[in-house]
Amino acid sequence: MKSDYEKPMAIVSKYGNNRDSLISILQDIQSECRYLPEDALRVVASQLGLPLIQVYGVATFFKAFSLEPRGEHEVRVCLGTACHVRGAPIVLDEIKRHLGVNPGETTDDMRFSLETVNCLGACALGPIVVINDKYFGQTSPGKLEKILRSYE
Amino acid sequence: MVEIVIDGIKTKAVEGTTVLEAAAEIGIVIPTLCHHPGLTPYGACRVCLVEVIKENGSSLEASCILPVEQGQIILTNSEKVKKARKLIVELLLASCPNSKTLQDMASNMGINKIRFKIKDRGCILCGLCVRYCKEQMQSGGIGFIGRGISRKVSTAFDVTPEECRNCGGCEWICPVCERACTAGNLLDGICGGCQNLAPVETCPICTGCSESVGMQGHKVY
Amino acid sequence: MRRSTKKLQSVAELEQLRSRILKRLKKPCVSVCGGTGCHAYGCSEVAASIKKEIKRQGLTRQADFKVTGCHGFCEHGPLVVIYPQKIFYQRVSPKDAPEIISETLLRHNIIKRLLYVDSVSGEKVNFEDDVPFYKKQQRLILGNNGLIDPTDIEDYLALGGYSAMSKVLFNMQPTEVIEEIRKSGLRGRGGGGFPAARKWETCRNAPSPDGIRYVICNADEGDPGAYMDRSLLEGNPHSVIEGMIIGAYAIGAHYGYVYVRYEYPLAVRNLSLALEQARAYGLLGENILGSGFSFDIKISRGGGAFVCGESTALMASIEGKIGEPRPKHIHTAVSGLYGKPTNLNNVETWANVPLIINKGASWYSQIGTEGSKGTKIFSLVGKINNTGLVEVPMGITLREVIYDIGGGIPNGKRFKAVQTGGPSGGCVPESLLDLPVDFDRLTAVGSMMGSGGMIVMDENTCLVDIARYFTKFLTEESCGKCTPCRDGLDNMLDILTDITEGKGKESDIELLEELGSVLKEASLCALGGTAVNPVLSTITYFRDEYRTHIEEKRCPAGVCKALITITIDEEKCTGCQVCARKCPQEAISGKKKELHKIDHNKCIKCRLCQDVCKFEAVVAS
Repeated sequence: MKSDYEKPMAIVSKYGNNRDSLISILQDIQSECRYLPEDALRVVASQLGLPLIQVYGVATFFKAFSLEPRGEHEVRVCLGTACHVRGAPIVLDEIKRHLGVNPGETTDDMRFSLETVNCLGACALGPIVVINDKYFGQTSPGKLEKILRSYE
Repeated sequence: MVEIVIDGIKTKAVEGTTVLEAAAEIGIVIPTLCHHPGLTPYGACRVCLVEVIKENGSSLEASCILPVEQGQIILTNSEKVKKARKLIVELLLASCPNSKTLQDMASNMGINKIRFKIKDRGCILCGLCVRYCKEQMQSGGIGFIGRGISRKVSTAFDVTPEECRNCGGCEWICPVCERACTAGNLLDGICGGCQNLAPVETCPICTGCSESVGMQGHKVY
Repeated sequence: MRRSTKKLQSVAELEQLRSRILKRLKKPCVSVCGGTGCHAYGCSEVAASIKKEIKRQGLTRQADFKVTGCHGFCEHGPLVVIYPQKIFYQRVSPKDAPEIISETLLRHNIIKRLLYVDSVSGEKVNFEDDVPFYKKQQRLILGNNGLIDPTDIEDYLALGGYSAMSKVLFNMQPTEVIEEIRKSGLRGRGGGGFPAARKWETCRNAPSPDGIRYVICNADEGDPGAYMDRSLLEGNPHSVIEGMIIGAYAIGAHYGYVYVRYEYPLAVRNLSLALEQARAYGLLGENILGSGFSFDIKISRGGGAFVCGESTALMASIEGKIGEPRPKHIHTAVSGLYGKPTNLNNVETWANVPLIINKGASWYSQIGTEGSKGTKIFSLVGKINNTGLVEVPMGITLREVIYDIGGGIPNGKRFKAVQTGGPSGGCVPESLLDLPVDFDRLTAVGSMMGSGGMIVMDENTCLVDIARYFTKFLTEESCGKCTPCRDGLDNMLDILTDITEGKGKESDIELLEELGSVLKEASLCALGGTAVNPVLSTITYFRDEYRTHIEEKRCPAGVCKALITITIDEEKCTGCQVCARKCPQEAISGKKKELHKIDHNKCIKCRLCQDVCKFEAVVAS
């Protein structure tokens, strides 16, 4: 599809075809498409005159990028030290059990993607779970079912 | 020229050269893994560490990338160096027990036990193949992907890259797949030293790069 | 804030604008904390209702209203402070808005139920400065957050912003600036604690054939549990910008970068806005204030990699490459970004610079200890009553921070350890609580100051689990280039995991110590080099806990899943059957009003039962 190439090409041009802006370019593509499609990476490599493996290497090095499409709802569990000390691992275990996926994975029905993050800066409310942009503070295993159900 | 002292021997070295090269000039061979004289130094394997004596203490540095400096005092085989080197080879062996290069190094250093879980990754991430492809072949078809323990050498999207010219250099320069250990039974990861070469099952980045090889495995020369 | 501005072209014009702003400022100001912590509490609804109420009561001309950056006392958000008296309201909800405006703003009556209650005396506190949390702090840097709307540069100007920069650009030589910073004793606040002036001087003196030098602000704040830099960037971005301009002038740099981690979109947004406004007012960019000095700043975003907080990895990332550190035989101050002399400092370090220039090095150097001058911002979190951001003079003891400011441990539990310095730091036990907060003193006991995370732990925290937590974090963040860090940490994690699962062996502690000491010396960068601190410090101070896990296969703190059993306390159970219904494995049996029992073969230790039991009858041991 023509539009598959247009978007990434436009983004690379926006950064002046500058190789240094590779990470920013990939970030923009990631927020547009919710992941980094293979074709987009090929376009970026070719337009910037970089070996494809170099672009692929950057795409796989940084946690911000995903080569697989992400789910409709992004569930992020904070595993910062403060949240850890307040019981975040038990909360994470319960979410894993409930959704049936591990961090970094998406449910088969593409509804939920699970990620862990290291500190959201809301430590007073730990353990914290963020779904899309909504913060759920002081979570515990018992509260999770209700929270997740509200997104179904 | 700068004046440095290596293992108590005073010597002069050309400015711009490395401690590894300066040591070699006076016959001191420092073991290396990720280093090759024809490629840019990388400093990743940490086997070539030497102890640099400073005013208040000392530090371990990779000699393959350490530039010579006036007045440097270097120890290539001190207790600190030996301890670090031994542990590093032991760590590498645990992730690559079938490499004859590593097994030879281990028997030279007196390593007779691997205390770590053996997780055969078939690669020591020395990057020689990557640098060979990029610098010697001016190609850059393979590279590192991922990070940490998931870091590996690969091609983009696991497909043979357009740039690949089937030179076989990546396989030739590799300290693991080129010289594999035959010992059928490694005892806790250690083979005890042997002279045999043997076919390797699969090379992790093998994309049929060499005509003589094919996708599934390759013979060693 | 759209005000049509002409670019200011001299100090005189800046000062004229400043006095106009001050005249325009009305007296009472309602300041609502808009920091991320308060966002999680719903402060945007509180702010919206207060704004609406001020309008509804026709007071838009008589009172100022601001949504500001973090006020620090995150535990008690949403926070609303009314200036000039600084009446302090906490845990405010949107429906309190009408009363706040009509009672406090109009009639100067204090609403008792919104006041903070002193946990020791039981008394209510009216004013912010009297709240015990704030009393022992010295909020030189963070204190201004309450009066600044980060989207309006004029708030910063009202507080004297950019006067330090004017002083430097027109009245000081670059070498004089460096000398002043040297006299102040400012040390880097990012973790390394390196003397700032020395780095600036090296960078200034490093040869550069084309004259290009760079200054960088490291806002990658990767330590989990630390959010000081974020709050500074979100709440008072101009303090950082001003600091960078002063530093650039001293060093001779005309280009600067702020490298912000990808997880901080609000910080990026507020910083971008601040940069735009600074340029519009002539305070950044070409020919600043007509001084002849030009300097501009670009934002570079991280991609989610802790290792990019390391200076060489950070610079590689700015260059569009993966964050692989390089050895620093040649320091970045001599050859850094694009091979040019580069000076990199942390957010908080830069924010201290205008303060030092304005108040003078002699004033600044009187705060703190012999080796550590000035204040330090900490994120005080974990098992602590008063979670939040605290700014204290160096030299204050850990005990004072945790008990006098932090209010001690909640639920009457006992203090066990405090972790400083994040994954590069170590745990400090109770016996060392009287240690002063000081770079060298903390390093001497096996920890480090780090960027400022201070995680408090109580008797229910397992230190072996904490060591494992940090090691796991680092294995995921290691770039993977060098053997000791990549493979060494992976094996350390295996050993620690075995210990927490009851599979530890006698030789494990020794092996951890050996791995640790080699990692420290042989790693290519500081990530690997300091990775062992959490493990080694917990072994040093809590060796017995390790032994109990290994020899007795028991976790005294009740944390390690494989080593605990969940049981129901006979005396507390009322037989209500709530837990039995909730249990996903149907492992709880028991008739109504009779003692319930957990079948350990089915129990997966998910703790749902513990969570729903209203009688605290479920115990993990």
